Amino acid sequence: MTETFLGMPATAPAGVGNLRGDEPFPVAARRALADAQLRRNLRHATGTIRAKSAAVIGEVPDWPELRAAGRAIKSDTMARLPELLEQLEAAVTAAGGTVHWATDAVEANRIVTDLVRATGADRVMKVKSMATQEIGLNEALEAAGIEPVETDLAELIVQLGRDRPSHILVPAIHRNRAEIREVFLREMPGVDPALTDEPAALAAAARRHLRATFLSTKVAVSGANFAVAETGTLAVVESEGNGRMCLTLPETLITVMGIEKVIPTWDDLGVFLQLLPRASTGERMNPYTSMWTGVTPGDGPQQVHLVLLDNGRSAVLADEVGRQALHCIRCSACLNVCPVYERTGGHAYGSVYPGPIGAVLSPQLTGVEENASLPYASSLCGACFDACPVMIDIPSVLVHLRARHVAEQRAARRTPSAEAVAMAAAAYTMDHPRLYAAAQRAAGLGRIAGRALPPPLNGWTASRDVPAAPPQTFRQWWSERSRS
Amino acid sequence: MTARDVVLARLRAALAGAPPAPVHHRPGHRRQGELPPGHPELVDLLAERLTDYRAQVHRATEATVADTVAGILAAEGAAAVVVPPGLPAGWRPGGVELVVDDDLPADRLAELDGVVTAAAVAVAETGTIVLDAAADQGRRLISLLPDRHVCVVRAEQVVATVPEALARLTPDRPLTWISGPSATSDIELNRVEGVHGPRRLHVVVTDG
Repeated sequence: MTETFLGMPATAPAGVGNLRGDEPFPVAARRALADAQLRRNLRHATGTIRAKSAAVIGEVPDWPELRAAGRAIKSDTMARLPELLEQLEAAVTAAGGTVHWATDAVEANRIVTDLVRATGADRVMKVKSMATQEIGLNEALEAAGIEPVETDLAELIVQLGRDRPSHILVPAIHRNRAEIREVFLREMPGVDPALTDEPAALAAAARRHLRATFLSTKVAVSGANFAVAETGTLAVVESEGNGRMCLTLPETLITVMGIEKVIPTWDDLGVFLQLLPRASTGERMNPYTSMWTGVTPGDGPQQVHLVLLDNGRSAVLADEVGRQALHCIRCSACLNVCPVYERTGGHAYGSVYPGPIGAVLSPQLTGVEENASLPYASSLCGACFDACPVMIDIPSVLVHLRARHVAEQRAARRTPSAEAVAMAAAAYTMDHPRLYAAAQRAAGLGRIAGRALPPPLNGWTASRDVPAAPPQTFRQWWSERSRS
Repeated sequence: MTARDVVLARLRAALAGAPPAPVHHRPGHRRQGELPPGHPELVDLLAERLTDYRAQVHRATEATVADTVAGILAAEGAAAVVVPPGLPAGWRPGGVELVVDDDLPADRLAELDGVVTAAAVAVAETGTIVLDAAADQGRRLISLLPDRHVCVVRAEQVVATVPEALARLTPDRPLTWISGPSATSDIELNRVEGVHGPRRLHVVVTDG
């Protein structure tokens, strides 16, 4: 293996972490769609958040300028990513922190496990972090005999319920209050059997449950929402105070961060601290934001580590169209507006990154062929693009990845799926008006054919109904209207 | 090759294949509100936004801070509170046991009924107070473990926007931005107050 080869952009390795599902999206989605309770929970939760978010975004007079600034800062960051990471490393080191680099999930898990072992601790407390879920850190720690304790309420619900997260922001969005109460009664040691399903009572139960853990655990693991290259400052936004506990109480703090989270300047924080809470939880500001720069003598952890994680990000950066997926600030606004996500929930996407952003991020991190169904898990309605606070053009990236899938199938001399061929044919037809008109007339005739397509296109209708064709096409209607 | 070398080489290769267009111009966004720091309307807006997040807002003058804080603590039956070493003498409430933080152990802090601190800056539009661990605010831990936080903000510390607040802060101090009491949106995406941080937040705004 040459050094040149080692230095080429690489996707995330298989067999570790949580970027790949056990089954393709259509199969998982079909099962999710059969769960009426899940759909009710999702509809209620996403509807609530959409309304709250719209109200607080409406208060900001310069929201379009903020979104454009967010996009520009992220584009600039990606163009200078190696230099900014070196600058970040220097600043964190100068402030008393230690920086580690991990090419992939295996390496990151080993670094964190070794750091925890060096402290002699057999338990770590965790702030909710997408990066550590992505690399399967909890599984790696458990295999090494170290107990990871999730402290975010939703992560705790997921961990106690031996469940999987289904939303970036609210991992237990698929559970309603009654189901959460059941999990607590069953799994939380010493819980009051008279616990009600009032959210305040459930939150109080979590407070009692975790207090002793916070006060006695010597090592914490966090992610980071932002890392400022010029100052070495890391920032975590949260609501409950579990983040503050983990970032303040232990002797050792280990932060695992995807390399795309770096931002150039302190001033840039002013853009993202306005965009993130309003797009994410629909609040003017989340209850708590913590910022720390290396070690502060006498205040907080005195051993501070930062693990910079690639795990496929270099491969995403190499794709001229797809690299904008690295702009994502994990607000989850695109999930909350997505008609597909609202019906299937997050588990159907397989990866820890569900919804529209997951459909463009996961296949790029793993290589398109290992998540080939995800770029098709969308109706291309564009609601995600409108909602994205950093203006990621998710629909264009989805179409781009579908094309990559077809091209990679062809390059491998495999027969592309009927779906992929249909997409390519549809693109050709729409580019040729006569063919398109003929196809529309033919679709009108299809009214008599029922709602499933014949082979080889029945793959398409296995998980969808063909919409009933209107009695006449728009073109027919228009020409009749012009005549009269 | 170290992991560092590999990651940086990969990123450089990724960018070399299809270099992104450099961004020379960043779109402007609003850095300042229309009102200057400390303007009465800004103070009113801060109070409204904090109240919206279930914090309780009180008004005082520099001369009445101690009595106001004492009244808040007495009304809630708080008997012992921690204060940072640099809390102004004139702000220290009577009628309660005051424990000055001298690297108190965490379990001792967790037993106390509250904490009284100053703030570094406050953001009116978002209903946020920011602590920067200066001597009148103390270590991060003291405003976290007790279940009740009384924070005294001077009117001139109230700015309109987040960028204005950042301009007043320095990154070499640990910063805690606080917008209302501890809360969660994890159950059905509705905000519920009171999880791990202080469940009661009182903000006393002083003017003159």
